[in-house]
Amino acid sequence: MTSTSIERATSISDDNSPSAAPQTVLEVAGLQTVFHTQDGDVHAVNDVSFTLESGELLGIVGESGSGKSVTMMSLLKLLPMPPAEIVAGKVMFDGRDLLQLDLEQLRDVRGGDIGFIFQDPMTSLNPVFTVGFQIMEPLRVHMKLNKKQARERAIELLELVGIPSAADRLRDFPHQFSGGMRQRVMIAIALACDPKVLIADEPTTALDVTVQAQIIEIVKDLRQKLGMAIVWITHDLGVVAGIADRVAVMYGGQIVEYADVAHLYDDPRHPYTRALLQTLPRQEGEREARLVSIPGQAPNLKGALTSCPFAPRCSQAHDKCLQQNPPLFDVNDQQKSACWLEEAND
Amino acid sequence: MTETGVQGKTRSDETLVDVSNLKMHFPIYKGLFRKKVGDVKAVDGVTFEIRRGETLGLVGESGCGKSTAGRAVLRLYELTDGVISFEGEDIAHLSPTELRERRPRMQMIFQDPQACLNPRMTVGAIIAEPLVEHKNMTSEERKSRVQELLNSVGMNPDFVNRYPHEFSGGQRQRIGIARALALDPDFIVCDEPIAALDVSIQAQVVNLLEDLQKQRGLTYLFISHDLSMVRHIADRVAVMYLGKIMELAPREKLFADPKHPYTQALLSAVPVADPDVEATRERIILKGDVPSPSNPPSGCVFCTRCPVAEKKCFTEAPQWREIQPDQFVACHLA
Repeated sequence: MTSTSIERATSISDDNSPSAAPQTVLEVAGLQTVFHTQDGDVHAVNDVSFTLESGELLGIVGESGSGKSVTMMSLLKLLPMPPAEIVAGKVMFDGRDLLQLDLEQLRDVRGGDIGFIFQDPMTSLNPVFTVGFQIMEPLRVHMKLNKKQARERAIELLELVGIPSAADRLRDFPHQFSGGMRQRVMIAIALACDPKVLIADEPTTALDVTVQAQIIEIVKDLRQKLGMAIVWITHDLGVVAGIADRVAVMYGGQIVEYADVAHLYDDPRHPYTRALLQTLPRQEGEREARLVSIPGQAPNLKGALTSCPFAPRCSQAHDKCLQQNPPLFDVNDQQKSACWLEEAND
Repeated sequence: MTETGVQGKTRSDETLVDVSNLKMHFPIYKGLFRKKVGDVKAVDGVTFEIRRGETLGLVGESGCGKSTAGRAVLRLYELTDGVISFEGEDIAHLSPTELRERRPRMQMIFQDPQACLNPRMTVGAIIAEPLVEHKNMTSEERKSRVQELLNSVGMNPDFVNRYPHEFSGGQRQRIGIARALALDPDFIVCDEPIAALDVSIQAQVVNLLEDLQKQRGLTYLFISHDLSMVRHIADRVAVMYLGKIMELAPREKLFADPKHPYTQALLSAVPVADPDVEATRERIILKGDVPSPSNPPSGCVFCTRCPVAEKKCFTEAPQWREIQPDQFVACHLA
């Protein structure tokens, strides 16, 4: 029942079925974001480029402060400006550069063609409006549905994300839902207008593992049904291994490794990716006598990068690493790594 | 079970902390006259022992009562019911003065290193505070003790005059650990000590905790929701759900052959950082949410979400029983 009604809804917007040949839906090139603070400029995003193809799930992995959220917020100018400033870059979507749009045009894209799911569902839902109102709002604004149509579609959406007795729950307020249920509501809102791209910023980090498993299952299922492209931001290498097609690893505000999921986990090329995978305790077999740890701390991003940001913690760092910031080198046609050690292979 | 092979940890059969039928209920008041209308049964009758020199892992999802249990074991709450004996002495019914004399033996490391350090005190003053309270030391002795402690957690002893905000999360957690070590305790409750830290820093702190355990013969109660980290650090693991312990077993047994359906579901939900494993493994997806601890289901508390529940499970609470030596389960079907 649900699938047919969603197909109908999907046909309202243009066709983006998963069987169509992959085409680039989002292209980010040379994105650079700086925060002007009292203590000086913080270079949060440094020359980030990636592409997203239709139906693809791109995982963005990094520790806190690596710039993964700021990158995604920059795409739709969701950052407070000032202090933030997008210094350079292009974000091509639908033949337009999103960074050149004015606020009015941007509002059409936000929540319409590009849906956003935030980390904490309690702070991103408005506590004084019912859940039904919050799901129907984008439908009425973007898809120009009337009240009755919007209500029907809202019920469909809640059923789609697995909320029982959906029609009754439209009248409930966010505090009446549990954490996992709230995150489902957030997903329903993000999906409301059949987005071509869904950006999920740590959507399961605030949830328990069993609830996280439920949400991941829903997203996998929705991808098959709706065929949209997803950017999934997380710090959990395990989550990404299960759902992503390609992965970008971020460190110090830049992408240090960019590869399809099989290559990244089988043969991680950047020393940071390798170290990150090694620090995880094993889940099967013999336990390690001692965990491998990465010495030192994440870099502070004051001032532009003039050397490899990982060099001070890297066991393979040499002179060149401290003098010049490496660009992304091609390791093979599926894998890129920003490390001087790959220079010869390029 | 005596087991000494692993990294020369000295472990023995001697029980350090023995908890039996621990209950911690918090009253709910409502209405104009703040009438008591019920209880949140955060911890509802748990029984376990912690052996000298071991690490007991306590895992569970948020709201299952694991932190409350950890705090109750140190008697940071007045217990609703139950007995906690520390080296054979019941501490659940000690007077405040008597309890205070025993405090140096048991300490705690908190989850949020930002919130547990007073921002207006220097690192030196923070670490020296327990010494001022409990030991008769001259300021010279204290100063050298603080420097010695900073050294032992891998920090520069010259940092004594700095303030907490000058440090990163991992370093702040080290300060918290130094404070917990100040009085040479035997037993430390670690309440999610790595949950607030980044992946690359987590391993540093876990290694430090393991080193300190080896050097000082510490006993840990390690509370965490991170099952893979618990698998690494703990000798035995207890799994909690809705205020009760579902399963308690040595690490290898629990992870290789979990007996309780909840443990099985929990383990299958943990993502593995390997796409090949992820593509093939079977997940047990639990339906619904954790019920409210103020109104737990009758019978087995897990019956509402259990994939294999039978009629009996809805009416009769399962016994806490030892199904194999050292492996305890609360399930009718195990």
